Amino acid sequence: MGELDELRGGFFQECEDLLEILDSGLQQLNEGDDDRETVNAVFRAVHSIKGGAGAFALDDLVRFAHKFETSLNELRDARIKADQETMGIFLRASDVLTDLVHAMRDGEAADEGAIDASLAELIRLIPEKKAAEADAAPAFAPMALDFGLDLPTDDAPAMALDLPIEPVGPVARRITFKPLPGLYARGNEPLLLLRALAELGECGIECDAAGVPPLDALGPEDAGLLWRIRLVSAEPEDSILEIFEFVADDCELAIEAEAEAAAPEPEAAVAPVFAAPEPVAAEPVPEAPKPEPADGSAADGEAGGKQGRGAEAAAKPTIRVDLDRIERLINLAGELVITHAMLAQRIAEANLSGHAAIAEGLDEFRMLTRDVQESVMAIRAQPVKPLFQRMTRIVREAAHATGKAVKLICEGESTEVDKTIVERLADPLTHMIRNAVDHGIENAEKRAEAGKPAEGAIRLSATHRSGRILIEIADDGAGINRPRVLAIAKEKELIPSDAELSDAEIDNLLFLPGFSTAKEVSALSGRGVGMDVVKRAIQTLGGRTMISSTPGRGTTFSISLPLTLAVLDGVVIRVADQILVAPLGNIVETCRPAASDLKRMGRGSYVLVVRGEPLPIVDVGEALGFRPALANPVEAVLMVAETEDGARCALAVDDIFDQRQVVIKGLEDAFGRIPGVAAATILGDGRIALILDVDVLVRDATSSGRGPHHNLALAG
Amino acid sequence: MTLTILAVDDSRTMRDLLKQALSEAGFLVHTADDGVHGLETLEGCAPDVIITDINMPRMDGFGFIEAVRRDERRRRIPILTLTTESAPEMKQRARAAGATGWIVKPFDKDKLVAAIRRVAA
Amino acid sequence: MTETTKRSGRREFVVFRVGEDEYCIEIRAVREIRRWSEATRLPRTPHYVKGVINLRGSVLPVVDFAARIGLGDTVPTSRHSTIIIEVGEHPLGLLVEMVTDILSAAEADLQPTPSLAGEETNDMVSGLILIGDRLLRIVDVARFAPQLEAEFA
Repeated sequence: MGELDELRGGFFQECEDLLEILDSGLQQLNEGDDDRETVNAVFRAVHSIKGGAGAFALDDLVRFAHKFETSLNELRDARIKADQETMGIFLRASDVLTDLVHAMRDGEAADEGAIDASLAELIRLIPEKKAAEADAAPAFAPMALDFGLDLPTDDAPAMALDLPIEPVGPVARRITFKPLPGLYARGNEPLLLLRALAELGECGIECDAAGVPPLDALGPEDAGLLWRIRLVSAEPEDSILEIFEFVADDCELAIEAEAEAAAPEPEAAVAPVFAAPEPVAAEPVPEAPKPEPADGSAADGEAGGKQGRGAEAAAKPTIRVDLDRIERLINLAGELVITHAMLAQRIAEANLSGHAAIAEGLDEFRMLTRDVQESVMAIRAQPVKPLFQRMTRIVREAAHATGKAVKLICEGESTEVDKTIVERLADPLTHMIRNAVDHGIENAEKRAEAGKPAEGAIRLSATHRSGRILIEIADDGAGINRPRVLAIAKEKELIPSDAELSDAEIDNLLFLPGFSTAKEVSALSGRGVGMDVVKRAIQTLGGRTMISSTPGRGTTFSISLPLTLAVLDGVVIRVADQILVAPLGNIVETCRPAASDLKRMGRGSYVLVVRGEPLPIVDVGEALGFRPALANPVEAVLMVAETEDGARCALAVDDIFDQRQVVIKGLEDAFGRIPGVAAATILGDGRIALILDVDVLVRDATSSGRGPHHNLALAG
Repeated sequence: MTLTILAVDDSRTMRDLLKQALSEAGFLVHTADDGVHGLETLEGCAPDVIITDINMPRMDGFGFIEAVRRDERRRRIPILTLTTESAPEMKQRARAAGATGWIVKPFDKDKLVAAIRRVAA
Repeated sequence: MTETTKRSGRREFVVFRVGEDEYCIEIRAVREIRRWSEATRLPRTPHYVKGVINLRGSVLPVVDFAARIGLGDTVPTSRHSTIIIEVGEHPLGLLVEMVTDILSAAEADLQPTPSLAGEETNDMVSGLILIGDRLLRIVDVARFAPQLEAEFA
């Protein structure tokens, strides 16, 4: 069973690939691609899903895929055109198929309504006669017989029941079997058939070579032989027919029951008889397929000639690897980084750092370790393409629901990022895309007034930028209505009614918890999820969300993400007796403040003035409860930190050591979230150091509210 | 005597299923992803039976069977086609291309083995 | 299965001391026993959470057993032990003074917990073992875990 589960799991994995091929193929056709190979690939994808589903007895999936395939066949055979309406039907069917596959995979109930609706549309594409066939003909008929005889093409067990029940007990039958030339040409072998026949019961076989032509007229595949067989068997006639199934059209076959059954007649022993086929001499053309010295040029040439111009030709060879193995490799690479750090520390402790050869070796070890780690990380990297493709569906559905015409333009689909990031990006991205369709793109009249094309456009792009990935969702809509956003924020008391905000600050109001610009919650975006949740989801991935908007021109959301979740560049610091790591991404600069840089705000609180900008000081030791607050920050080392929102403050710590790359170890498996702590890492000496969550730390330390400005800037 | 089988199918699931069923039955199984790959794979193994899907990219089952049959060395290798359709015209086309027999998906393991036994010793 | 249990009828326990009292954990739940090593403190966690230690590359939380059951915080030294137990999906370390014994007890030696024990302690103990004049409290690992996690969450 375990093996079957594995095969089943493999099937669903393959389905993901096939669904991707299906969706992108349909997309291309929808955009006017009329390459036959695209249609074929789409057809094959559905066909393969159907085939696999059949093997695992996923009947609902088989049924739907079968109808889908049947109507795609109409397109393939050019009986219908890939017009907008038809493609709409296919795209919706693709969505339904995707959902159905996932429902089957997860053992959940499928959306019957959606399936029926889609089926009804699909059937409209099929000519009536075929539709009836598609309905009536079972999708599958395992080993069905087809002799040109009038046999039902049901599956075999059912057939045994449907047919008149044969008398129980052995029946004697006379069978004449005369192979025709085509039988040999197609690689069939009479002797194997006779042997199979002999396995059914008591069998007498007589070979009549009278029909064999004279030797000089004997073509290599001429037969002429005729067999007469007397079989006494309890098996039904179907079992006999089944043996001859493949050769039914390549032989003359007659089966008749003897009048008196059961008792074997003496006549049956007539010579020449071979009881079981070991009749080497009788083999008409004995020739085993022998491999000869390779000369594949002919075959290869043909192969080349038949090659489609499909994209498959360019596909690189890949292997499938269990994710657990990769996880293990990543952990090991992480251990290697730690071991290097430990070794470096031991060498330093032994005062050997000055030793040139050791230092050199250690440096080489470090670079190699980093290479190993990056290579291992690259295994987990995946292109964002499948993710982006899912978004085309989201746009489609959202556009349909809002009655707007919107197209999605994807760029940089081959940009790669860690698999987990790709997966966890799906939800936030879905929401942002929906949001863009719902709130970003104007309705048709407004667009016409503004002189824009009727069809709105959302551009979804991915690019690598300085060690991070930048994803942008840009719509060409009306842009953020700032006066309205401001009014709503004030009305909801998210900001004081007298607050004066810059454009950027107003735009960032969208990320405040509880903010929703739609006057009434729309069916689409208003699912109780706000942009604050999106922002938080991105943050947990170590990402930043930014917004920019130009009135009348559109709004762009930018997400900047790390390429991997497994390592982090950090600054090692000390607070009380604890060693901690601050993410380098948060740290702008560090300083030991002079007394003149510090300005007292009253009651023991200070600000650090950096180039004229006063920054609130957050005492990390106090914030984490590791020690009481410092009496005077002049004793501390200060790090100017920037949060995801771009707000700046100074973190007071007791000491700063070095900057290094650390391997991230999650804490949430064992604990709930610990405020102010993002994760942990293992240091060179084997001890665990916590990684600070600077955003939360700063937010919590300042949330007592030092004015509207802070609340706003640090919201999220 | 272990029979060697080459299974050609573009669906990974179907290849896995065939491989599992046939290995279990004691056959030695090679697989290929499509007709072109099938012809390439043929160079490295001398199968006693070929099982091939029909609908495949690059070179479909018909093309593959024809190519195999045109090759003097392989004219007699039994070829079973895998088909989801039990439609007679499908079988006729396969026969015309030179297929020995057919297996209808989803296949029953015992019948699959029986079918192979009927075309190869 | 029941047959074997009946026939053998004995269960094994890891025994450790807290002050003068003896506690034990069924050996099935124990993954390993290690010497105490300094833990990294976790901010804003209850006093009985000693922090996290590095167990061969994974981050393992450690709880001060005595503190957890209300018998006062332990000041750990290198003589103290950490019992690594499996709690649901996650392993967890218990800081204890000293592991003293591995003990095999007959079913007949097992007793339910009387209700007179202190409440907090009672929560963590699923039964008692009486052998001669020794009284061992059986730590209920299963009840230990969710509470612990809930408090973190």
